[in-house]
Amino acid sequence: MYIVIIGGGKVGFYLAKALLDEGHEVLVVEKDASRTEFIHNELGSACTRGDGCEVTTLTEVGTGRANMFIAVTGDDDDNLVACQVAKHKFNVPQTIARISNPKNETIFKKLGIDVTISSTNIILEYIEQEVPTHPLTHLLNIRDKGLEIVEVKVPPDSPTIGKMVKELSLPVGSVLLLLIRRQEKPQVPTAETILQAEDQIIAVTTPEAEEALRTTLRGF
Amino acid sequence: MKVVIMGCGRVGARLAGLLDIEGHSVTILDIDAYSFRRLPPDFSGTALVGDGTDEEALKKAGIEEADAFAALTQGDNRNIMAAQIAKHIFNVPKVVCRIYDPLRRELFNSLGIEALSPTTTFAQMLKDRIEG
Repeated sequence: MYIVIIGGGKVGFYLAKALLDEGHEVLVVEKDASRTEFIHNELGSACTRGDGCEVTTLTEVGTGRANMFIAVTGDDDDNLVACQVAKHKFNVPQTIARISNPKNETIFKKLGIDVTISSTNIILEYIEQEVPTHPLTHLLNIRDKGLEIVEVKVPPDSPTIGKMVKELSLPVGSVLLLLIRRQEKPQVPTAETILQAEDQIIAVTTPEAEEALRTTLRGF
Repeated sequence: MKVVIMGCGRVGARLAGLLDIEGHSVTILDIDAYSFRRLPPDFSGTALVGDGTDEEALKKAGIEEADAFAALTQGDNRNIMAAQIAKHIFNVPKVVCRIYDPLRRELFNSLGIEALSPTTTFAQMLKDRIEG
């Protein structure tokens, strides 16, 4: 696969290195001369100096035959424009943009970028998982379906303890998938399952219903 | 007419002044408050500190009720992004932006963004002058 990467910062550099190791043909486009030289020395001829948003530069690097185009500079607007140029001028089938402002995720989707990766959101998700008291943890987003898999822990003082699943008023679009209880095998919760303190519940929900699901399961 | 302008440089400030004199309601955004010194002393519109590529800042500037939006910062890509947000997310009826790079301007014009390139226009003007 031929992959063009825009931005030779730390992300771009290590990404290129990993993709080269996997046997892909990779080219990094970097604005800064000394950074270009550094990558050139480290990775051989896999880096060229130029502006990844300019049609001339992208023509030179053969973007027209690229299978994938990844923009990972530190600026959201640069990544957006580079991907749009690749998509509309060079018909690259797959464009991926790194974004820093999580709010740009929906905007970029609307503007035709195939995949967006929000490093801020990813770091946030890991932090949620590492902080045990966090009321709701995001485990996975189901792309393009507007669904997410989350984990909710029932606190010891929750009013939902002792209640059956059917007695809870779960928000529309939320389904409980799995119940993990200490010293027991994981089980699929049924309508008759009675909640206990410290139960870990894995559920599928929508971003809109997330808040309601959390309140229903935790009681507050 | 309600107009939102992003970027209070020489061009942005001048445009804001012109529209203001004609009685339009103008809101101008810039990330640096110091740039508002360029506005005419009798400017009666609103000057807001904020990033025009940020949805919240645009909402604060009243983008939802705006009839027109102009993106005039120094960065082509920032202008392109803001113009697309105004056009496709907030459905502003008239959106214009400045793109210095003529090739990029051509591409985004074909994608429905009304963009002007001072590079092309000014070079042509200079050429006409020189040739007399």
